[in-house]
Amino acid sequence: MCGSKQGAPTKQEIQNALEIRHTKECQDKIGNAGVAICGLGGLGSNIAVALARCGVGSLHLIDFDCVDLTNLNRQQYRADQVGQKKTEALKENLLAIHPYLSVRTDCVKITEENIGGLLEEEAFICEAFDAPEEKAMLTNYVLTRFPEKYLVGASGMAGFGDSNSILTRKITGRYYLCGDGKKDAAVYGGLTAPRVMLCAAHQANKILELILTGE
Amino acid sequence: MVQVNGERIDAADGVTLARYLEQNGYKKDRIAVECNGEIVPKAEYESRVLQDGDVIEVVSFVGGG
Repeated sequence: MCGSKQGAPTKQEIQNALEIRHTKECQDKIGNAGVAICGLGGLGSNIAVALARCGVGSLHLIDFDCVDLTNLNRQQYRADQVGQKKTEALKENLLAIHPYLSVRTDCVKITEENIGGLLEEEAFICEAFDAPEEKAMLTNYVLTRFPEKYLVGASGMAGFGDSNSILTRKITGRYYLCGDGKKDAAVYGGLTAPRVMLCAAHQANKILELILTGE
Repeated sequence: MVQVNGERIDAADGVTLARYLEQNGYKKDRIAVECNGEIVPKAEYESRVLQDGDVIEVVSFVGGG
């Protein structure tokens, strides 16, 4: 009943609830998938929340940065988390949603030197960086060295309005790109929660589809 | 004839990928290039000569996330 506070649900209760919403057949697949999220800003933090709610098997959160006050307009952090490592703050928030989620964190900047080791494990990778050079570096690396993995990236989600220009496109084999492809944050006056969340939702939705159907 | 991002480009035959990208204003550190369904490693941009029938997709990244 509303108003009467219940204790924390058990792992089995959460599993049952996910199966009611997603069906057991789908939940078995989702619950076995591992997803790496590269960058925990407006895209990555929102992708992580969406996938945590879906009961994904494991999430690997990677970012070197700390929560800043200017992140709160669109990223899944709280005012009392300003100054904390994004990896730790997001892990805390995800576990508040799903206490039994398997979360691995690496508070490190992804570079060409360490990316191979960092992304070795998960079959699904989200590119959720901010800088175009980093997006390009990760994309080129993953497509060249990890052709067996699925990659879902993003480009173009700055500004406001124009919801329907944000799309998911299949670029090649196992690489998908979300966004409008055009609106650069440096040109279109920054980033807003709804438009960044639209793009993050495209990415999370594509990951889910890939987990369930392989395409 | 070469196709780039869905457009037919007559003048691209015989040109290296690096030259084509430079001539068309692409920044090498902000793109990924796929040719005939395969990613082209950056180290091959200089030596890769565009051939008749190539279908190329240049993905340009913009900032924001």
